[in-house]
Amino acid sequence: MALDQAQINRDLASALAAIASAANLDVMKQIKIDYVGDKSPLAKANQLLASLEQVQRAEFGKLIGAARAEINQAFEKKNIELSAVRDSQVLLTEKVDVTLPGRRTLKGGLHPLTILTNEINDLFTGLGYKVAEGPELESEWLNFDALNIPVDHPARTMQDTFFVEPLDAKLVLRTHTSPVQIRTMLDERPPIYVICPGKTYRSDELDATHTPVFHQVEGLVIDENITMADLKGTLDFFAKSIFGENVKTRLRPSFFPFTEPSAEVDVFFDDRWIEWGGCGMVNEKVLVGCGIDTTKFSGFAFGMGLERTLMVKHGIKDMHDIVEGDVRFTQSFGVGKK
Amino acid sequence: MKVPLSWLNEYVKLPPKITPDQISQAFINVGFEVEAIDRQGENLKGPIMVGKVVSIEELPENKKPIRYVELDLGSKQNRFVICGARNFKVNDLVVVALPGAVLPGNSVISARQTYGKLSDGMICSAKELGISDEHAGIIVLPQGRIGSDATELLSISDVIFDIAINPDRGYAMSIRGLARELAASLRCKFTDPADSNILPKLKVLKNGKAVSVKIEDKTGADQIYIRTIEKVNVKNPTPIWMQRRIDKCGMRPISLAVDITNYVMLELGQPLHAFDADMVMGGLRVARAGKFSRLTTLDKVDRKLESDNLLICDTKSPLALAGTMGGLASEVTSSTTRIALEAAHFDPISVAKNSRSHKLSSEASRRIERNTDPMMAEVASARAVKLLVDLAGAKYVGSSVAGVPIKRRKFKVSISKVSKFIGYGYSIKQVKESLSLIGCKVSGGGDLITVEVPTWRPDLNTMADFAEEIVRLNGYQVIPSRLPIGKTGGGLNKMQQRKRQVAQLLANQGFSEVINYPFVSQEMVDLLGFTGDRAKSFKIANPISAEAPLLRTHLLPGLLTTLGRNVSRGIKDLAIFEIGSVFRNTTTLTKAVMPETSRRPSSKSIQSIYAGVPKQMLFIGAVVAGETLLSNWHGKGVGFIWSDAVAKAIEIVESTGNEFEVISSDLAPWHPGRCAEIRVAGKPIAHAGELHPRVISELDLPERTCAFAVILSELPTAQTTKAPAIWNQPATVQDVALVVKSNVTAAEVEKALRSGAGNLLESILLFDRYDQIGEGKVSLAFTLSFRASDRTLTADEVAEYRDAAIAVATRSCGATLRS
Repeated sequence: MALDQAQINRDLASALAAIASAANLDVMKQIKIDYVGDKSPLAKANQLLASLEQVQRAEFGKLIGAARAEINQAFEKKNIELSAVRDSQVLLTEKVDVTLPGRRTLKGGLHPLTILTNEINDLFTGLGYKVAEGPELESEWLNFDALNIPVDHPARTMQDTFFVEPLDAKLVLRTHTSPVQIRTMLDERPPIYVICPGKTYRSDELDATHTPVFHQVEGLVIDENITMADLKGTLDFFAKSIFGENVKTRLRPSFFPFTEPSAEVDVFFDDRWIEWGGCGMVNEKVLVGCGIDTTKFSGFAFGMGLERTLMVKHGIKDMHDIVEGDVRFTQSFGVGKK
Repeated sequence: MKVPLSWLNEYVKLPPKITPDQISQAFINVGFEVEAIDRQGENLKGPIMVGKVVSIEELPENKKPIRYVELDLGSKQNRFVICGARNFKVNDLVVVALPGAVLPGNSVISARQTYGKLSDGMICSAKELGISDEHAGIIVLPQGRIGSDATELLSISDVIFDIAINPDRGYAMSIRGLARELAASLRCKFTDPADSNILPKLKVLKNGKAVSVKIEDKTGADQIYIRTIEKVNVKNPTPIWMQRRIDKCGMRPISLAVDITNYVMLELGQPLHAFDADMVMGGLRVARAGKFSRLTTLDKVDRKLESDNLLICDTKSPLALAGTMGGLASEVTSSTTRIALEAAHFDPISVAKNSRSHKLSSEASRRIERNTDPMMAEVASARAVKLLVDLAGAKYVGSSVAGVPIKRRKFKVSISKVSKFIGYGYSIKQVKESLSLIGCKVSGGGDLITVEVPTWRPDLNTMADFAEEIVRLNGYQVIPSRLPIGKTGGGLNKMQQRKRQVAQLLANQGFSEVINYPFVSQEMVDLLGFTGDRAKSFKIANPISAEAPLLRTHLLPGLLTTLGRNVSRGIKDLAIFEIGSVFRNTTTLTKAVMPETSRRPSSKSIQSIYAGVPKQMLFIGAVVAGETLLSNWHGKGVGFIWSDAVAKAIEIVESTGNEFEVISSDLAPWHPGRCAEIRVAGKPIAHAGELHPRVISELDLPERTCAFAVILSELPTAQTTKAPAIWNQPATVQDVALVVKSNVTAAEVEKALRSGAGNLLESILLFDRYDQIGEGKVSLAFTLSFRASDRTLTADEVAEYRDAAIAVATRSCGATLRS
């Protein structure tokens, strides 16, 4: 069998025509056998090259090679096209309604008081504070006497205290987290930078704005050269972090036995002033009672109700929602929403 | 304290156009919280007139008695109105709203037909006029001109500020004190009501007919004035202006003598007490109760006295609980003609004790507890005598005085120290001005000024006390803002980290956190079958609810109650958890140590205070009912069962880095056959499983409710993790099926296998459990996985390890290979 240039061109043309008209990948498989594989006319023609003279061999070799390359290229191109068509058709049949709900576990959530406490703890540990905690059933001495609230002082009855039997053991459910401040001052030496979050108790009936069991966070700083300016700066930072950059704060003179001067701190949020907490410079009597050298150190303290903070921040209308443990309430805050 | 603007106006020269809100803000700016502003008469429109009752016709045929009243209003024709009240008679003067008048609540008065008559107006009660809550009857006026404007007579139009007074500001429980503060805040002129020229006219007169006084207990009082008056017409009515002022301050007018003492107290802050001088035997004495054991007070309560109660006594008997309440026997009555008027500067603590020991808080005791001005005993008693003379026709007889001279206290205040303490540089002018505004006398011109403190400010003693005054009168807004940073390094400690981590762990797995009250009833303790330490509850002496006086010893009571509440609200699938302290009365409590607070207590005292506070363990607990993987269109969900509870408890223990073992338990309130106890270092740390069916049914909880509880605070802090070697050679697995008696636990078998399998054992997995193998027997099938660091283990080698593991299981658990 001799090689014929016209035949090569015919083979090339018919291969290209077959490829061009192929309708699917099955046809392409046959085309591969017929026009591309070892048994294709051009493959067979190629085998004949060996029997040719060198000049002819080079000439036909070039011709056949170019034809086969052109076929391969066309084949690959068509193959890619048809694969894409096939894929899109098949995947179309596997289409689902992705809006169908998936298998879901129960929705969990942290109590917003926990989320808030975590947020505050992170805020202050970032400022170099430690988090101090103490017992809820507390010594009356630490809860009152050490805080300059003597037995027969009207301030002692200002806070409606739960007393625990036997009475001569002088145990109370702490009315504030301030005894933790005293414990810290008795146990450590200045400089002291602590934040004290925790559960506190006062014998108020539960209603829309009161609860006998509530949460406070207090801060205490004892260091050299601590002034009310430091207190103000800390409160400004705290308020902005909790309520947003645009919040304003204001101090109003007030009275607490354990601070002098004392002030209430208000925040301007949602277009109104809201009482947020109390603060002041730690009363010298309290410092002296804890053995702190007042010629060298001064300090400030502040305290806020967390329920109140939550109510203001999240627009919670009724205290019942915070205390009742309805999972719908907790779930709405998720596992750590702000 | 409630203060009417009309009264403040007498002593403060307010700017002419100032509004009630601005006044309120001025009080707030200097530390007096205004709790309410009552704008009386704001919604009132006349004509409201003084009328005289001419005749009364009873209309008996109605359900309640109704009167048809003829009134003289000073015009030619009398007016007739229907009235439901009965506390008046013919010739009484009453307040009549005529048609066209508008009363608070927008009630428009018109002539109308009612009870078959034409009612041409309305006779008003105090409540209807919006001036008090008194609605038991209509107002009967002691005096007034017929046909005159009653709103003017009653001085209705006024603004009343209800002000919260902090306990360190006793002086402010008076018009005098609040007027001074308001004037200081607004920097306007203040006239001290105590500076009026009463005293010169009412000098202390020695007179044998005057009731004498002595202070026997010097710690109880340092100043007492007894002024004696006679020929008192106690039946004279209290003038309307005085009644109205007493009313506006939130007290009730009673009778002339009492009203005068109250009026003067409101004005000057000095409590006064009037004794019927004829009931005083010998002279008056300030003394402790001592052997006197009983006193009946004005409220007709027979009180058992405590020996250190501070009293006013006569020669024979106790007459009054000093500064707190008078005695009934020496009360001023309608037949009294001689009065001994007492004004004293009592010791605040003694009066606080009086008040506390008798649970008796009076207008007088509230003021004295917060400290009164010692100068006022003389002034207020004189002022009251003047009023008694003017209004009750009394004659001043003379006075007796006891006590010590009043000290003028002087301090040196360093302006630079105050400035350094506050963080703002005050000028000498600012300091002097603010201290003068509160009544101090300031002298000196350098850094160190001399301050003479007024007698009504015993609270001013230290640099910080003066600093507070300077700060509040110059405003907090001038102080700059500076953020200090801690110097010793901050952060959460291990337990705080653990608390946060386990809460997050459960929340991420579908548990909702709750925070329950720790108040528990005895019924709940009994129902849950708590015994041992969990039955040792602390009791609150004054609980909110008598039903739940106990403090929780465990988290389950609160969790189960909250679970029930959610179920009752229609929520079926629930997983809730709580982290909180529990309280167990397990140590012997001794009498508390209460050291002095003027210096640091000794280490021994501090230690005994700490030791006196019972340990309070921190728990995490959870209860679960229903599905945790929820049913939906995919198919049925997955319920939470006892073993899930055990797995969760284990997960928590594991997350703290502790090794543990699981044994079966029958601890109440769990199901006695479905409760696991998890031990760490041999100590029970957690319980988990299904609750007892009885508890579930009693509390109306969903069937098969599960619970677990872990004592977080008792879990040791884990050592730093040593990273394991990760071997890359292929693992070789061997399955083992063993038969054991059904009372042998899977954990025991697994532990035996683990101990026998040698150190190339990588893991054990229980993949099958089959209990249909014969009575009292169970088959447990495990996959043991082995791996070596340096080679692929041969089948023979692994078979050897497996056999060694089985041998231990056989020996310690009686396991046999399942054939």
